[in-house]
Amino acid sequence: MAKVTYIEFSGKQHTIDVPVGTSVMRGAVDNGVPGIDGDCGGECACATCHVYVEPAWLALTGSRTEMEQSMLSFAAGTEDNSRLSCQIAMSAALDGLVVKLPEGQH
Amino acid sequence: MSADGVVIVGAGHAAGTLAAGLRQGGYTPPIRLIGAEPLPPYQRPPLSKAWLKGEADPAGLLLRPATFYAEHDIDLRLSTRVAGIDRAASRVRLESGETIAYEHLVLATGSRLRRLEVPGIDSEGIFELRTEADAQALRARLGPGVRLAVVGGGYIGLEVAATARGLGAEVVVIEREQRLLARVASQPLSAFFADFHRAKGVTLMLGASVAGFATTAGKVTGVTLASGQTIDCDLALVGIGALANDALALDAGLVCRDGVVVDEHAATSDPAIFAIGDCTQRPMPRYGRTVRLESVPNALEQARQVVARLCGKPMPAAEAPWFWSEQYDLRLQIAGLSLDVATTVVRGDPATSRFAVFHLDAGNRLQALEAVNSPAEFAAARQWVTAGQVIEPARAADTALTVKQIVQSVSGAA
Repeated sequence: MAKVTYIEFSGKQHTIDVPVGTSVMRGAVDNGVPGIDGDCGGECACATCHVYVEPAWLALTGSRTEMEQSMLSFAAGTEDNSRLSCQIAMSAALDGLVVKLPEGQH
Repeated sequence: MSADGVVIVGAGHAAGTLAAGLRQGGYTPPIRLIGAEPLPPYQRPPLSKAWLKGEADPAGLLLRPATFYAEHDIDLRLSTRVAGIDRAASRVRLESGETIAYEHLVLATGSRLRRLEVPGIDSEGIFELRTEADAQALRARLGPGVRLAVVGGGYIGLEVAATARGLGAEVVVIEREQRLLARVASQPLSAFFADFHRAKGVTLMLGASVAGFATTAGKVTGVTLASGQTIDCDLALVGIGALANDALALDAGLVCRDGVVVDEHAATSDPAIFAIGDCTQRPMPRYGRTVRLESVPNALEQARQVVARLCGKPMPAAEAPWFWSEQYDLRLQIAGLSLDVATTVVRGDPATSRFAVFHLDAGNRLQALEAVNSPAEFAAARQWVTAGQVIEPARAADTALTVKQIVQSVSGAA
């Protein structure tokens, strides 16, 4: 398990134990964290699991895939630290990860 | 009254998303989810793709962990069928005879596969693919050298064909129409998928009607065509479309027309009853008509509408419908509906397996876009279709322009 803190747009925080190997998207969906939808089930096909990775964690979460880059390029409110959370798999190194959620996913 | 809460008939993708969404949205009355299948809500799209290939684990198929429902005070009743709706008493009646009161009822009954009514259809070795149990049964039989006949060249049939080829099976696809995906894709896309499947070793028989199945001792041995020809096979998969499960609604006197008729907020002709997902006939104001869609995004959009209604939250903005399919290493993504199309423009070269097909109406508004391995075009098109963006055909076809530049004027203004 590794901890992820999801911060809703309202500021409400949820700290969740997510199994290593499970995506940051799935960790939110499985635990009922509002604000991440994951409509396509983690296929990088829908851009409804958009998160902002806290800058301190950016290097450790890696960079966007080409597919992810394309999907994000037309998403609302994309910033330099935007990621699709279905594309971030939890690892021991990411224990403590903090992500902020956008106002909406649609 | 609110003590009766919401009863959701069906426990598929739409139903599971609705139940979770209601709790996330602060809904506190009882939520009862009644599903005919033995599994908690799960994702159907992988059944013909990664899951059939054996790449995804069973728990990964579930929409939420099995423990989620009890943890969120959602009463999940599986392997349970609803026999009827008593609208006057606001109760549903289960097949067991038990009745359950509701304040709000949501029909999320989905669709069922159209049955091929030909001799031999009930023989051993003939499969359909709708449920996890169907996929389990098919997966157990696919393997190297197995001869699979796929009846129906739609998305399910082609996805299974691709997966089966990946597992080493010999595959023949038999399609009644003159092209693959005839009801659901444009001609350029049909031609591309036909070429691709042939190159992967699939035999395509187009314009071929199935007259029946040849059998030996109750087991399928071949597909007999109307022409008299028989295609030998060890297994057959039939995927010839789906029908709305609207019998409960019809019996209850709700307005139905190829699906349960709902308004733009998923309400049926009875204000206490909603319907969501594949079973609905819904308005699509962007296209000035009603449609029945079989897609996950459609189910989720309608689930969110009911969440908004029951939780007193703002209604989500209307979205362009969208769809996706995966075959081999191809990802097809479609935004919008190809209705009232006057002009079709192909951007990119299909021979590269990376291209997009723009469908414009008489005023050059983007009605739909089909994207093969072209996620940027797809992502843009979801917004453009919603907005009714006017697109100049020549710019759409010009691959020297970036996707964003397609809609920028010559002066460079956005």
